[in-house]
Amino acid sequence: MTELEFWREQHVKGRIGRRELLGRAAALGASAAAVSGMLASVEAHAAETPRQGGTLRLGLAGGSTTDSLDPGSYTDSVMIDVGHAFYNAMVEWGQDGKPHPEIAESWEVKPGAAEWIFNIRKGVTFSNGKTLDADDVVYSLNMHRGKTKSGAAGAFKAISDVKKLSPNQVQVTLASGDADFAYVLTDYHVLMVPDGWSDWSKAVGTGGYLLEKFEPGVRITGKRNPNYWKTDRAHVDAIDVTVINDSSARLNALMTGQVDAINRVDPKFVRTVQKNPKFEIVRAPGGWHAVISMMHDRPPFDNHDLRMALKYGIDREQIIKALFSGLATAGNDHPIPQTDPYWNSELPQIKYDGDKAKFYLKKSGLTNPPLVLQCSDAAFAGAVDMAQLFQQSAAKAGVRIELKKEPADGFWDNVWLKGPFVTSYWGGRAAATQMLAVAYGPDAPWNESHFKDPKFTELLAAARAETDEAKRKPMIWEMQAILHNDGATIVPVFRDWLDAHNKNVGGHTPHGGFDMNNGWIAEQAWLKS
Amino acid sequence: MRLFGHRVPLTALIGLVIIAVNLITAIGAPWIAPFDQANVVGDAWGDPTSQNLLGLDNLGRDLLSRLIYGARMSIGLAFVITCLSFALGIVTGFAAAVLRGWVDTLLSRIVDLLLSMPTLIFAFIVLSVLGTDLPVLILTIAILDSTKVFRLSRALAMNLAALEYVEVAQVRGEGLWWVIRKEILPNAAAPLIAEFGLRFSFAFLFIAALSFLGLGVQPPNADWGSMVRDYRDMINLDAMAPLYPAGAIAILTIGVNFVVDWMLSIHSHAHGDGA
Amino acid sequence: MLRLIAQRLGLGLLTLFAASVLIFAGTEILPGDLASAVLQNSATPESLAEMRKELGLDRPAAVRYVEWLGHAVEGDLGRSLASHRDVVEEITPRLKNTMFLAVYAAVVAVPLAVVLGLMAAIWQGGIYDRAVNFVTLLTISVPEYLVGYILIKYLSVRLGWFPSLANVTPDTPLLERIGLTFLPMLTLVLVVMAHMMRMTRASVLQIMASPYIEMAFLKGLPKWRVVVRHAFPNALAPIINVIALDLAYLIVGVVVVEAVFVYPGLGQLMVDAVSKHDVPLVQACGLIFAGAFILLNMTADVLAILTNPRLRHPR
Repeated sequence: MTELEFWREQHVKGRIGRRELLGRAAALGASAAAVSGMLASVEAHAAETPRQGGTLRLGLAGGSTTDSLDPGSYTDSVMIDVGHAFYNAMVEWGQDGKPHPEIAESWEVKPGAAEWIFNIRKGVTFSNGKTLDADDVVYSLNMHRGKTKSGAAGAFKAISDVKKLSPNQVQVTLASGDADFAYVLTDYHVLMVPDGWSDWSKAVGTGGYLLEKFEPGVRITGKRNPNYWKTDRAHVDAIDVTVINDSSARLNALMTGQVDAINRVDPKFVRTVQKNPKFEIVRAPGGWHAVISMMHDRPPFDNHDLRMALKYGIDREQIIKALFSGLATAGNDHPIPQTDPYWNSELPQIKYDGDKAKFYLKKSGLTNPPLVLQCSDAAFAGAVDMAQLFQQSAAKAGVRIELKKEPADGFWDNVWLKGPFVTSYWGGRAAATQMLAVAYGPDAPWNESHFKDPKFTELLAAARAETDEAKRKPMIWEMQAILHNDGATIVPVFRDWLDAHNKNVGGHTPHGGFDMNNGWIAEQAWLKS
Repeated sequence: MRLFGHRVPLTALIGLVIIAVNLITAIGAPWIAPFDQANVVGDAWGDPTSQNLLGLDNLGRDLLSRLIYGARMSIGLAFVITCLSFALGIVTGFAAAVLRGWVDTLLSRIVDLLLSMPTLIFAFIVLSVLGTDLPVLILTIAILDSTKVFRLSRALAMNLAALEYVEVAQVRGEGLWWVIRKEILPNAAAPLIAEFGLRFSFAFLFIAALSFLGLGVQPPNADWGSMVRDYRDMINLDAMAPLYPAGAIAILTIGVNFVVDWMLSIHSHAHGDGA
Repeated sequence: MLRLIAQRLGLGLLTLFAASVLIFAGTEILPGDLASAVLQNSATPESLAEMRKELGLDRPAAVRYVEWLGHAVEGDLGRSLASHRDVVEEITPRLKNTMFLAVYAAVVAVPLAVVLGLMAAIWQGGIYDRAVNFVTLLTISVPEYLVGYILIKYLSVRLGWFPSLANVTPDTPLLERIGLTFLPMLTLVLVVMAHMMRMTRASVLQIMASPYIEMAFLKGLPKWRVVVRHAFPNALAPIINVIALDLAYLIVGVVVVEAVFVYPGLGQLMVDAVSKHDVPLVQACGLIFAGAFILLNMTADVLAILTNPRLRHPR
């Protein structure tokens, strides 16, 4: 993505104003005509008003026959998109990157950021007629705490107590302060269900749509909830989700008009789609990043110079070009994406440098260290290809890496967190501190690189409890620098989310969090005719 | 043209040439290929140039070189697997048909059992447990494949064993091995040879099917089946990439089967069929 | 002969029983488990422990096997671990879809393959024989997904004759269903036909080499008559065998075709179940596939007994 496009996106999302965009564009040397053209297209988007009616047909990757309507069990696009259609969240992660009220009408943070009080919206009813109150919220939050199979269990470990203060007020107490806790509640697992509910063959929620047909891994349909409490959302009469996991089949379904919008367009087809005047690509740089993790405490990876040799030995630009057709951003060996307001912009970008790799390998004092990279496409589609490119670029610098392709089955069980040198990935998190804590925190169960640094630990705790933006920023910047300089994780790329739709679809806009409007497509998109 | 005293028709000649070229390519891959199979020499899906005659692959490696190295891996694997599975399948199949009784029952039940497991799932479980080393891969596919050969050779031998001259030989006191070698094998050869030609090309595709489950040949080694898999999407962009390895498999299959057909016709001539 | 057939049926049941043991054992030894396969990198030790407890993995395998088999005989295959839905309910519509596609493909492929094979045998060595041979070899050596992609590209995207998605629902009317599944059917036919056709041809030619066929020729019968009336009936056993195997493939092996055409069949369900270690689903699919195979196999054997004049009249 060019820098100009980047600022344009920032403007679309409301992060920078029109004046700032013009200034940035001028600074980049864009012609006046180009700038005004760009502004016109931005404003045309903004001026579109949603139209009611029609059936929105989505062709989505990321569905399985083992999917369930239980919000805690969601792992991939189909259920995330469908979940946000049938249920509401406490807090919405807006397109401007900030938390917005949904079921939580407003909230209040006590100093130290360990106590949070949420005011629950009144007059919201579930699809079974029950009125939502604090009890439902307490139950819905507790679903992810303690003995549970929920995917949000890790993030919710920080909660020490959830308490009902009044029928419309809930207090959440954290074990230690977290100024970004509102972001934790934007987690796609955390959706509101009625108190005591456990029959997941039905979807009883407060969302914009009512479940009609649920055939997991095949097709899921819903019709508009006539009593929906939001008046400016959920525009179409019905949604019809077809699960299409094969990427060619998905694209062909869009091209032949069998669906209106698809997610995860293969980067190599993006140009073909763009050339066709009937279709549009929705591109969102975001927090999803590929990872090659070493174990910081395991020889030979406990050797700082060897780690540097490997960091200089991977050709990020080549990976971006070959695997992502250029639709990705180079990583800087820390997990914070450029789209995050806390991204450290002063850290020099690490690039492939054969000489430096050679230099550091020599300095490490190791001759032919055993470097066996365990890779699998179970980590992410393309992980094995990425490993092969890494092997080649490192070999050019004299660093010999052996590849071991692991069976997809059991990868997360037997390889990840067990092997000292593995491919993996991280989905982005809404808040920078959240991302740093989950993968590099001192007691994070998923600290795959066994990273432990007293300074980092101290900064993380301080930054989380700090509510003053000006004081937090230098702390988060320093944590990125520590990981960049000493971390045992190579972050080669941040991948863009790539969706596509035919031009009859409106309101399908980029979001850095996830594909399809961060999973909110059903309630945000509309059909123009 | 004549070979071993038989006239060689044009198709058989083409078949022989195809097989010879493939074998030479497979054996001489390191000397023939212009680049190493793992070397990244340019951008992904680079266009054909005078240096990279077929262009580059999904990671920017020379496609022609991958194809040449792929011949080595694919033909080698397919040949070993098919030979193993035929040796295993024919011996057990004939033994079952000739010996009958509990041997037949036991072998048939075991084979039925193996066959009744969905192949991919079975291979998946075995390879997940035993690992994906090359010998394990070869043995697993060979055993799975041999069940199909077993059924065919048993069915063929059953028909033959019911014929008088085989029964006569058994009554005469000839041993099992003699009966199989002298009476059954020559008479069952034709369908078996035909099956060999087909099974051979299935082996390519099966290896590729395994790579679908994250099993199979280790990177960066190339094999034709997996190349077709990796490049298949490019069909949508009117690219030729997936058609090269697919074509290579098809040409070799056709070559092998041309020769097989020729052997069939020699066989039926030898047995006095005037057709 | 009846005894022979009865024996065969009994053995079939025994095989099915053995298969159930093997399936159960197979699902036991699969590395990894549902909990971590589902949760991927968002699994915590607590969430893993909770999920494992739900699987009842704390009890001995033999006990669980007997329980499972007992319920299976009563038609209760348990509940899916991942979706908590009844396995039978989950499988039934998909099994119907799988059977529909298999039958659709078989109805087209079997007669076509046998007729083409016989014609090739009659005109052995002629232009027709060679052309058919060549084309079928071509289709057999191209993987099914590539065949599918090519068919979609030309017949669907370019020409718009058929839809690229075969996403049928239980209430799709038959005629529409036939249209929707035309491309997957065609793909499967192309894949299995070559094998059946070539075996038909080879088996018939094999019989043609035997002395009694020469007798028929000496009687002055035309070649097509010899092939159809004398050679073909005697070559039936191996042909039936190959057809049975290919039919089993149509039921069990169409995972890839299902994925390409987004057809909701049993194969995709099983692959999902295996990759997520949804044990009850894997076991149920395994049983159904094993049952289907054993049934086809048994039919082939019984037919072989019925068509072999010598086995029909054992001395």
